[in-house]
Amino acid sequence: MNINPYTGIGLAIILAFVLMALLADIIAPYSPTEASGNVLEPPSIHHIMGTDNLGRDVFSRIVFGSRTILMVVFLAVAISGALGTILGLLTGYVGGAIDRVISFIMDSIYAFPSLILAIALSVALGPNPLNAAIAIALTYVPTYFRMIRGQVLSIKSEGFVEMAKALGLPTTRIIFRHIFPHLIPTLAVVFSMNSADAVLTEAALSFLGLTVQPPTPDWGFDLYKGRGFILAGAWWMLAFPGGMITLLAIGFALLSEGISQSHAVKSFE
Amino acid sequence: MLIVEDLYVKYYTRRGTVSAVSGVSFTMQKGEMLAVVGESGSGKSTLALTIMRLLPRNAVVERGRILLDGIDVLKLSEDEMRRIRGSKVSMVLQDPFTTLDPLRRVIDQFIEFLMEHGLDRRSAEKLALEALESVGIPKTLAYSYPHQLSGGQKQRVAIAMAIALKPSLVIADEPTTALDVVVQKQIMDLIDTIKRGGTSVMLITHDIALAIERADRIMVMYGGEVMEIADKGTIMSRPLHPYTQGLLASIPRLGSDKIPESIPGYPPDLRNPPKGCVFHPRCPYADERCRSIKPQLIEVEKGHWVKCHRVVKA
Repeated sequence: MNINPYTGIGLAIILAFVLMALLADIIAPYSPTEASGNVLEPPSIHHIMGTDNLGRDVFSRIVFGSRTILMVVFLAVAISGALGTILGLLTGYVGGAIDRVISFIMDSIYAFPSLILAIALSVALGPNPLNAAIAIALTYVPTYFRMIRGQVLSIKSEGFVEMAKALGLPTTRIIFRHIFPHLIPTLAVVFSMNSADAVLTEAALSFLGLTVQPPTPDWGFDLYKGRGFILAGAWWMLAFPGGMITLLAIGFALLSEGISQSHAVKSFE
Repeated sequence: MLIVEDLYVKYYTRRGTVSAVSGVSFTMQKGEMLAVVGESGSGKSTLALTIMRLLPRNAVVERGRILLDGIDVLKLSEDEMRRIRGSKVSMVLQDPFTTLDPLRRVIDQFIEFLMEHGLDRRSAEKLALEALESVGIPKTLAYSYPHQLSGGQKQRVAIAMAIALKPSLVIADEPTTALDVVVQKQIMDLIDTIKRGGTSVMLITHDIALAIERADRIMVMYGGEVMEIADKGTIMSRPLHPYTQGLLASIPRLGSDKIPESIPGYPPDLRNPPKGCVFHPRCPYADERCRSIKPQLIEVEKGHWVKCHRVVKA
């Protein structure tokens, strides 16, 4: 089987970060929260990404920081995907008044700038990784809802759905066994595209101090701290966390592009 | 046995109320094939969907009764109706190319359907294979995916599913329209054999030639109403309704120099049906009475019902 190059590169990047998060204890040479060298050491053999203003190894903080961002991103995408998909399936199939009400609520959420909404929600819920994930998830529910609902509307008039009804199959079975499987390729694309977006949103929330409390390592928050030392010439405190955020987002974006190319997924907005 | 009494179905749309079926009554005997003939918009498909209770949500059955083996279909709960669909009354749809789920094997779809009606997996698989065998689908094809089947084979699968649980009534809605001529004949032969098991077949078609060739009795519909019902011999030799006569005159005949005639005009707008007889705007014999008074369906001779002012009871 031929693997689309975008899919391959994207998956490789994501898997590398996942492995980094799982094997953080083995990979990281130093503790992420304790000083292991002098303050603001530039990259060297001992500290390949240098040290920060408290003498902590930047590379070790990057390695452990991948746990925070991946956890928040996967949790956020899973919650929003599950919620949006189920709502979209039910309202798309059933239609009528429920459909109009839920669509109206979803459109209202969708009309909000998602970053602003995520910031407001996580301020309201309190700064910790789980709340950040919930805040991000809520802003993404309408994306899944709109995409799934639209596809259900077209699939439910297909002959095999009419046939299933004429054979007396129950509605829940028709929705989950006859309609849902047709949505999987599109879902895969939206999942990965959304993850790319969630990486950036998580970083933004962290940058504003809405995800973790110091000294927990976190790319977005480390980026924020590094910002204060750029004039002192400590570019490594800024460049490495920022680079990792970008690389992870690119990984998800490539994956989504690859899947959509190889499955010829139709536009889903 | 099927009895339909004084059935009225309306669609409520944004642009008005459509009277799709108006005052339709007829009966079907066990093991009989009744062809329901009419052009687009004559209400024949709505009639089928009403019997199946699969009307879209903007449709309302305003009046009437449907008795299937003594069961009042319109009074059943949604769940009771669901259990009857596929087992007591089933349907063969028009386009076999889309009626099977492309993602799942034929046999899996068949087993799913049978298990939903209370069979266990083992007996479901056995019955599915038997039913497929009986319509000429060998075991190897049963375990393949729909895209590996031809249109005719897919329609055979659909028929096998429709008859597997020995329903009393099978509604075939234009079952051969999407198929080429040679396959059409094979599929119609197959539908003929369904009757032999005592199942009644309602053949919905716009093709009166096909109806005459295959059905026992013919019901001609126009504008949501029944125009004429009779056995096919009577329809062929003594059609009494001008619309039936028009349909018969439109059949091209081999070896005849006569050019088939068309019926002038268009089907009525059922949001705003014509006053009087629904056919009068297109009827060559229409007079003042036809324009003002709606005719009744009357039995002119035994089993021959006509809805026309010109016909007087014998």
